[in-house]
Amino acid sequence: MILDLDRFTAAEKPYWDELDRRLQKMEQDPGYDMSLEEATRFHYLYQRCAASLARTSQIAGEAQLKAFLEALLARAYAEIHEARGSRKRWSPLRWLFGEFPATFRAHIGAFALSLALTIAGTTFGAAALLLDPAAKSALMPFQALNESPAERVAREQKGESSKLEGHKGEFSAQLMTHNTQVAIFTLGLGATFGVGSVAVLFYNGVMLGAVAADYVKAGFAPFLAGWLLPHGSIEIPAILIAGQAAFVLAGALIGDGRRRNRRERLRAVTRPLVTLIGGAGVMLIWAGIIEAFFSQYHEPVIPYAVKIGFGVVELIALTVFLSRAGRTWTADDTPL
Amino acid sequence: MDSRRHSTLTIRTPEGVAFAVPLAGLVTRMLAYCIDLACISVVTGMAGHLLSGMAGLSVDAVRALTVLTYLLISIGYAIALEWFWRGQTLGKRALRIRVMDRDALRLRPSQVILRNLIRAVDMLPVLYAVGGVACLLTRHAQRLGDLAANTVVVRAATLQIPDLSQIHASRFNSLREHAHLAARLRRRVTPELAAVGLEAILRRDSLEPADRLKLFEDLARAMKSLVEFPAESTETLADEHYVRNVLEIVFTR
Repeated sequence: MILDLDRFTAAEKPYWDELDRRLQKMEQDPGYDMSLEEATRFHYLYQRCAASLARTSQIAGEAQLKAFLEALLARAYAEIHEARGSRKRWSPLRWLFGEFPATFRAHIGAFALSLALTIAGTTFGAAALLLDPAAKSALMPFQALNESPAERVAREQKGESSKLEGHKGEFSAQLMTHNTQVAIFTLGLGATFGVGSVAVLFYNGVMLGAVAADYVKAGFAPFLAGWLLPHGSIEIPAILIAGQAAFVLAGALIGDGRRRNRRERLRAVTRPLVTLIGGAGVMLIWAGIIEAFFSQYHEPVIPYAVKIGFGVVELIALTVFLSRAGRTWTADDTPL
Repeated sequence: MDSRRHSTLTIRTPEGVAFAVPLAGLVTRMLAYCIDLACISVVTGMAGHLLSGMAGLSVDAVRALTVLTYLLISIGYAIALEWFWRGQTLGKRALRIRVMDRDALRLRPSQVILRNLIRAVDMLPVLYAVGGVACLLTRHAQRLGDLAANTVVVRAATLQIPDLSQIHASRFNSLREHAHLAARLRRRVTPELAAVGLEAILRRDSLEPADRLKLFEDLARAMKSLVEFPAESTETLADEHYVRNVLEIVFTR
């Protein structure tokens, strides 16, 4: 069939333009709600556009017009057939205190895997350093940790490491940036079916184990705990949660044995992934502040007991928060 | 390479209408990303300038805010724009491409966030190598971020109504004098042949003269084989003119 294109476009273009205007209105305001009358008109325009496309498709050659109608119909289709979630405004507080802990618990198996890999890496790192002290330079995450723990502790306790004075804010910001990038990277590696995330979590554990073994072996366990616990009790769980998100993603890519295709599985985990990584991000902001403004002070400025106590309280509070908060939260509460 | 790789994403609506959305190519996406990188550099530079000029802030506070602002802009730029502009950043808008849900449903904030976070892995080891290879290997040109977030990047078409006035080279169409033959021609010309003819007319000025002559010769021969008009109506017509007359009959009444 060949259309009288002039007449066809002249007759239909006003409807296409009206549909385009309505779509633009919706696109400019994600929270826009149509009245019943508007929805009815919108549906009519959508069907009319679909009919135009069907007619244009029969003439096969009108490529430009067909491409335009397809693009217009694709936009309208998204509005007509979208049925996921509500259009409620997103609430940061409900998300942080409701959705985040609830999502964490819903995927606790992935967290356990993340934790197990880190513990395995820690054990390996500690064992490697104790059995082969010469490997210290290869195991330490950065050059400064290659000095002996005794020298470092003596220097810190004399207050000689005042190099951060006047730079604590910048240092804190750099820590937040670096840790956030590590968390995002760990999550992203979930897209490698989890292989990359396994490597990152295990390697993090190796570095942590090597540092811990070095200080404990030298008899500076209180210094180590006072140095790491205040920020580490939040920072390390945050990285573990990023690893948890990575394994949730990897699980969706690999499959869980149920009769759902990969697209459906991925669609189901998109929101939990963003919630987990967002929660980890919030935790890392807190950890960055504590590391720059609190962890870097040692005895005699702040007694180790106070620092260790602070870290333990944080860890208990985090555990209670993740295990108890958000029990009344349901998946329909937010439109994320 | 996946032999089932497509250049379009086809969706079939419950109403039974199928539509195909053209997927954006790798080069277009790279160019859009380059524009976005330039925008991020400009915005972070301006933010750094503004922060350094703020009175009452210590040097440490300014440096801290600069570091955080860079983090925020580098992560948030694409997320914010793709959400508020329904799948478009400045670069994507300039090159007329947009991010779309893989099933053509409305793009969700979580999808936008996820695809942009996984960009960190797509950029590995250098120059977007992982993402580029993934685009080449996947059926719908998806990088890892797109796969995880169930999104695709498509070309956004604009309405370009064909300029049929170009068909009408002259007011007189000798073929119209034979109404019954014109009616038969309208029935016999296939949509494909009509479309090729129309494209040939619309693009004639961009063709080399020799190529143009050859193209219209072939088209005229194909059209003449469908219906034979009396010689007195066609003998003075050049091939291009003949094609124009046929298309005028086919597309207008």
